[in-house]
Amino acid sequence: MGTAGSAPRTPSSPHWLNAELTYKCPLHCVFCYNPVDYAGYGPELTTEEWLRVLRQGRELGLVQLGLSGGEPLMRDDLEVIIAEAGRLGYYTNLITSGIGLTEKRIAAFKEGGLNHIQLSFQDSSREMNDWLSSTKTFELKKRAADLIQKYDYPMVFNCVMHRHNLDHTQQILEMAETLGAEFVELANTQFYAWAMENREQLMPTREQLQHAEAVTNAFRAKVGDKMKIYFVNPDYYESRPKACMNGWGSIFVNIAADGVVLPCHEARMLPGLSFPNVKDHDLRWIWYDSPGFNAYRGDGWMKEPCRTCPEKEKDFGGCRCQAFMLTGDPANADPVCDLSPHHELITEAVARAQAPQLPAGVKPIVFRDDRNSRSFADARGKLQKVE
Amino acid sequence: MGESRRVAFDHSVPLSIAKYFRFQWEPAQNCHVLLYPEGMVKLPGSAGEIMKRVDGTKSLDGIVEALQSAFPEAPDLRADVVDFLEVAHGNGWIRPANAQ
Repeated sequence: MGTAGSAPRTPSSPHWLNAELTYKCPLHCVFCYNPVDYAGYGPELTTEEWLRVLRQGRELGLVQLGLSGGEPLMRDDLEVIIAEAGRLGYYTNLITSGIGLTEKRIAAFKEGGLNHIQLSFQDSSREMNDWLSSTKTFELKKRAADLIQKYDYPMVFNCVMHRHNLDHTQQILEMAETLGAEFVELANTQFYAWAMENREQLMPTREQLQHAEAVTNAFRAKVGDKMKIYFVNPDYYESRPKACMNGWGSIFVNIAADGVVLPCHEARMLPGLSFPNVKDHDLRWIWYDSPGFNAYRGDGWMKEPCRTCPEKEKDFGGCRCQAFMLTGDPANADPVCDLSPHHELITEAVARAQAPQLPAGVKPIVFRDDRNSRSFADARGKLQKVE
Repeated sequence: MGESRRVAFDHSVPLSIAKYFRFQWEPAQNCHVLLYPEGMVKLPGSAGEIMKRVDGTKSLDGIVEALQSAFPEAPDLRADVVDFLEVAHGNGWIRPANAQ
């Protein structure tokens, strides 16, 4: 913590809870934001433990609930969790690939009070061919999309964009339209976790982004109000950082499958902090009093140029995890900011991506699967022994 | 959600909360809130009281009447109710009850 600057303000109550119910997933997305070493984590929370946490969350003021993973449909108690969330008064959002969605399950979700479903499209290289040629995966998505509409949910289509699919933006939007999507989010990869391992492979060229955005604009003009389309640029192409999580420990709580509570999906990677587990502490203590949640509240921790920056209330110095990954110190400015003394780390990565062909010898793509995750977990274990 | 988008609505038809929105009392905020995918609008005081009466059966007159009887000491509320409901309509929070 810094010696000057204001102390952390008393935080207000959080309102968004993301529950990463499981890291099990039938897919192997190369841009997955789950931690790379998830295979080394402890066992998943039990049904009873999740229900207890949901009750504590409502008492704390949480209202929005994201059920994600991994693939949340891999939990066979999802119906029970959704019903309790509905009873408690959460606005419940299911974030799913649709794999494992059956009519029996969606009927139970509806009955239990599920409010919203976001259907994600995985177009990692392994699945891309059959997806773009509209065969197996398309049929599966179509079934999921039909069920979503039959049960009167808005059809929300999310696709993570990157170097290998941006040139297919037109086809992706056409597919969204065919599926009856009302909301489409084309979100470019943010470089964390598996995506960070694959950064060189996934980083788009500026030309690709400009083209994809032009295609998106033309499509918007064509479909009008029928489909609301969001296109989110990668932050590496920005000159100011994102207001990550709307500020550390400000509104957002992430609970990992093993019960560890984090201020964002990625914060477990940060050095010198240990985050509490719902098995040992209640959420109220974790939110207001745990050292981890207080570490980067307020601006007392900030260094220059953030500390005296007139924009510090706007973006909170960006993302602590990105600052740590790229500069080695989470209290540095997010290097996406062009005022950061480390901004060249961003501009160099972007410059390297401009070649139309990936250079020979580029690191091969790493798929998100249990075997690779175990290697990351083993490597981390060895490193900790050395320390 | 800007408060500036005001859109006139049909005063003669019953109003509902729009599809995909949920309205509830939130103890932690000490006010009514409107929840929607990935967001929350706080509706403190009179805004919450008006929204509470948007129930799919009442049109403008019914809403004003219900409010006047709940708050008999209040002056004529009609103009304030129209103001708020035009904002709510402009933001897509309410719709005619018979519309999809």
